[in-house]
Amino acid sequence: MIQAILVFNNHGKPRLVRFYQRFPEEIQQQIVRETFHLVLKRDDNICNFLEGGSLIGGSDYKLIYRHYATLYFVFCVDSSESELGILDLIQVFVETLDKCFENVCELDLIFHMDKVHYILQEVVMGGMVLETNMNEIVAQIEAQNKLEKSEGGLSAAPARAVSAVKNINLPEIPRNINIGDINIKVPNLSQFV
Amino acid sequence: MCVADTARDVSGNAHCKSKEAEIKRINKELANIRSKFKGDKALDGYSKKKYVCKLLFIFLLGHDIDFGHMEAVNLLSSNRYTEKQIGYLFISVLVNSNSELIRLINNAIKNDLASRNPTFMGLALHCIANVGSREMAEAFAGEIPKILVAGDTMDSVKQSAALCLLRLYRTSPDLVPMGDWTSRVVHLLNDQHLGVVTAATSLITTLAQKNPEEFKTSVSLAVSRLSRIVTSASTDLQDYTYYFVPAPWLSVKLLRLLQCYPPPDPAVRGRLTECLETILNKAQEPPKSKKVQHSNAKNAVLFEAISLIIHHDSEPNLLVRACNQLGQFLQHRETNLRYLALESMCTLASSEFSHEAVKTHIETVINALKTERDVSVRQRAVDLLYAMCDRSNAQQIVAEMLNYLETADYSIREEIVLKVAILAEKYAVDYTWYVDTILNLIRIAGDYVSEEVWYRVIQIVINRDDVQGYAAKTVFEALQAPACHENLVKVGGYILGEFGNLIAGDPRSSPLIQFNLLHSKFHLCSVPTRALLLSTYIKFVNLFPEIKTTIQDVLRSDSQLKNADVELQQRAVEYLRLSTIASTDILATVLEEMPPFPERESSILAKLKKKKGPSTVTDLEETKKERSADMNGGTEPAPVNASAVSTPSPSADLLGLGTGPPPNAAPAPASSGSLLVDVFSEPASAVTQLAPGSQENFASPDLASSELVSEEPSEAARGADELTHKFVCKNNGVLFENQLLQIGLKSEFRQNLGRMFIFYGNKTSTQFLTFTPTLICSDELQSNLNLQTKPVDPTVDGGAQVQQVVNIECISDFTEAPVLNIQFRYGGTFQNVSVKLPITLNKFFQPTEMASQDFFQRWKQLSNPQQEVQNIFKAKHPMDPEITKAKIIGFGSALLEEVDPNPANFVGAGIIHTRTAQIGCLLRLEPNLQAQMYRLTLRTSKETVSQRLCELLSEQF
Repeated sequence: MIQAILVFNNHGKPRLVRFYQRFPEEIQQQIVRETFHLVLKRDDNICNFLEGGSLIGGSDYKLIYRHYATLYFVFCVDSSESELGILDLIQVFVETLDKCFENVCELDLIFHMDKVHYILQEVVMGGMVLETNMNEIVAQIEAQNKLEKSEGGLSAAPARAVSAVKNINLPEIPRNINIGDINIKVPNLSQFV
Repeated sequence: MCVADTARDVSGNAHCKSKEAEIKRINKELANIRSKFKGDKALDGYSKKKYVCKLLFIFLLGHDIDFGHMEAVNLLSSNRYTEKQIGYLFISVLVNSNSELIRLINNAIKNDLASRNPTFMGLALHCIANVGSREMAEAFAGEIPKILVAGDTMDSVKQSAALCLLRLYRTSPDLVPMGDWTSRVVHLLNDQHLGVVTAATSLITTLAQKNPEEFKTSVSLAVSRLSRIVTSASTDLQDYTYYFVPAPWLSVKLLRLLQCYPPPDPAVRGRLTECLETILNKAQEPPKSKKVQHSNAKNAVLFEAISLIIHHDSEPNLLVRACNQLGQFLQHRETNLRYLALESMCTLASSEFSHEAVKTHIETVINALKTERDVSVRQRAVDLLYAMCDRSNAQQIVAEMLNYLETADYSIREEIVLKVAILAEKYAVDYTWYVDTILNLIRIAGDYVSEEVWYRVIQIVINRDDVQGYAAKTVFEALQAPACHENLVKVGGYILGEFGNLIAGDPRSSPLIQFNLLHSKFHLCSVPTRALLLSTYIKFVNLFPEIKTTIQDVLRSDSQLKNADVELQQRAVEYLRLSTIASTDILATVLEEMPPFPERESSILAKLKKKKGPSTVTDLEETKKERSADMNGGTEPAPVNASAVSTPSPSADLLGLGTGPPPNAAPAPASSGSLLVDVFSEPASAVTQLAPGSQENFASPDLASSELVSEEPSEAARGADELTHKFVCKNNGVLFENQLLQIGLKSEFRQNLGRMFIFYGNKTSTQFLTFTPTLICSDELQSNLNLQTKPVDPTVDGGAQVQQVVNIECISDFTEAPVLNIQFRYGGTFQNVSVKLPITLNKFFQPTEMASQDFFQRWKQLSNPQQEVQNIFKAKHPMDPEITKAKIIGFGSALLEEVDPNPANFVGAGIIHTRTAQIGCLLRLEPNLQAQMYRLTLRTSKETVSQRLCELLSEQF
């Protein structure tokens, strides 16, 4: 079972946090921090598995993570999951994000937090792998989008507003965040375009 | 705008301003939202959605959200999909245990489940699965199976329902009723939609661990599904082909499901073997894509297939192929594969078919230890070396581990120390090597050498007189180093106190030099070590009378007699007094060399297990408590002989390991709290345990657990034989015990029938999964002994005990004992325990009383040479007539008094009941006190019975 899914950037800022086992809020934050420090000190090109920290833990738990450009995707799982399977699942999740957001970047995770949660929900449910077929996941999300559109009216506003905000080169966003730079690089996307 | 404004402000702040600014900004935003929620104007759905979304974002940043729940619940009842969706999201991320709220949420969920709108149903199911609380299980556990198996449910809803049910089963298994739906769930394995099959497989895997019988039919369905996936061309699997690998996740899940069961029937087995071979073959084919995803997916299936092969442990051919495949991966350039290969090989090493094959990779593994950049991988390499270690390679492996220890990461040092200590002890042929190894350990990683490790080395040195001189010499030399670890001072102090005399002949290590050497370290040590050294000094007074005055001077000094520490002061005063007033004889008795310790399970092993997996009681802490209750209050091994001092001296728990009393001491109360004591306090086994530390004793029954199980089959079996003897004359007791599991027995027999209650106790705090005890009888035994039992609950909760009843019928006389094999999963590793069940022929004895005349008449009738069996043997236990009588009665026959003309002899009579025959038995036991021998004669109407009874009874005296 997947116990937690944590996404944070290279500075340890959480971008998506989903726990499938109840932890008090402050412990959740500690777990994010601890996990960040655990993965941060690891080089790229070494293995993607490590034993959990003190908070999420016990010998049965492993952290399985991938590092994409500015973001770490960390899944904390128990021994009932296949390590390589989870590694591929992270890839499926990221590729799906990429499809849904057309070149996903860190900002998408912030501005479309709800949407990111919905996409994750199509992949993982209650800590268990729900769907691994990307076409199926994307189809579900598209169906949701359609529903959203059909409900129209005010509900459609947020999407429009957000894209408007995104396009006006937000002054409050520090200049050093260059959207081009923080694109999540998804290898081998040509397969899916 | 939705989260955008908050996010923009907050993330802007986060990057360029202080934490305080962020908090200020967020508090302002929270106040704003709160006022909007509390305001007079009713918010429309869109605003609610907007603000709830903002709250979620603020929560993500680590701020408490204590309001908004009600608004979220209101959104649940909206008819708009988007509003409902955000409501559910908020609930599943942020729900608290407010019961009022839960009722409202449950109400909304109920409505959505009943709505027949698949999108709404999906949302509701997601919410149940994500929250998974007990209240939700109570409300919906009955409903969801119906949705799952209903014919008109859409695929996506079925998928969600299966996982939702799985989640509820995990949190509240008692609330999910088994029923008709289970068989229909099994048939979902045949579903057209692979997503549904994947979800169903997850569900069945978990359910089958607890209810293997109920889901047995899933095995053949899973095999045929797997076979279709593995053999098909990747094109006909809809979109579930991932980078040219057909349905990898489903394959993995199916292989996992099969690991819940033993190898299937031959027909299905053939097909499965074919699948596994195909998977192994595919690994050798050139990759269809260079992408890492392709190799990941392919290897995920391959590793799972290998796990299944190891789990079945029945096809040597496949095992060897699996081992070779893992061997290839050990050298693969992908770090992930090397990591996984090391991990899988660990389990493979415990299979007897492949242990040798695994050993061939030793150089590669050692190399990995030296060259891997990644600590995760190095740790796996250490684990594997430990698993593959046996007598043939122990020296090499221990040396490599010691080497590695010098540079090892701090995080894994303690574990390596424990492993080295265990291996050195377990495979020591030459105990000088063992002593060297442990002293090296202390030198290299003294800080990580726990008490257990150095206690153990002392225990072994004391028990083995061939190594004592060497140990004294070695510690003396090691102590010469200008800076030595305090643990070395402890070991050195203890050993020189006991055996310093063995090296005192050498002028370079004369008594005075030894004393000065130790005393030079004294002031640098902590209080417990100093206390130990004081005990060493008083022992020196006895060993070396010539330095008595020097030692008395030291004891008399103010720094000792007026020490601020009460323990040190007391020792100094008492020892000084003892050395002044006691005569040499008394000194010699009081300060006699320590008697050998009773052999016990190595506590180091226990410690390692504790490190690797959770366990409830720590022996050490328990004994610590006992120790503090001791009168002398000694906190360390005090080298004072227990037999000479009337109080229960600390030496009774010298090693603080729950050791029992030294053999020559009165029964010590100190051992009562130990976990293992009830096994070892049995008189029959106590004797074997007290034998001086021979090699075999290190393989105490505990080693039969976990990864060590199949390494030492012969020794485990011998231990089991001893246990069987223990039960010949009694019906109740502890049959087996290790760190994880205790098996107790209670049995009753009447004529040719019997009933045995087996109690399995989980000693850990973690669940045992797929707990399956199996009774194994050889074909021959099966025709003579009929055993019937029901399967037990496959999950044993931490600290819980489950009971199994075995009904026994003796059809005809028999010699073998049935074997009880127990398999279960504990913390991710598979455990396998086998013990002999003490069902012996004498259990079916009915005593027969008869007078002297009758006895001798029958005795003469049975004079045919085949009917008599006689055995003359040496007494193994003290020849106490009362105990002997009790044993004969316990054996089952009547004890006939005043029958034999010689009152020292014992005679008995009884009838063995079997279904096919009743066999009269007479026995006579003639003790010879002088020679410490017995002669046992058995006469029965059947030769095999005479033979067997004689064997059984001879072992008892």
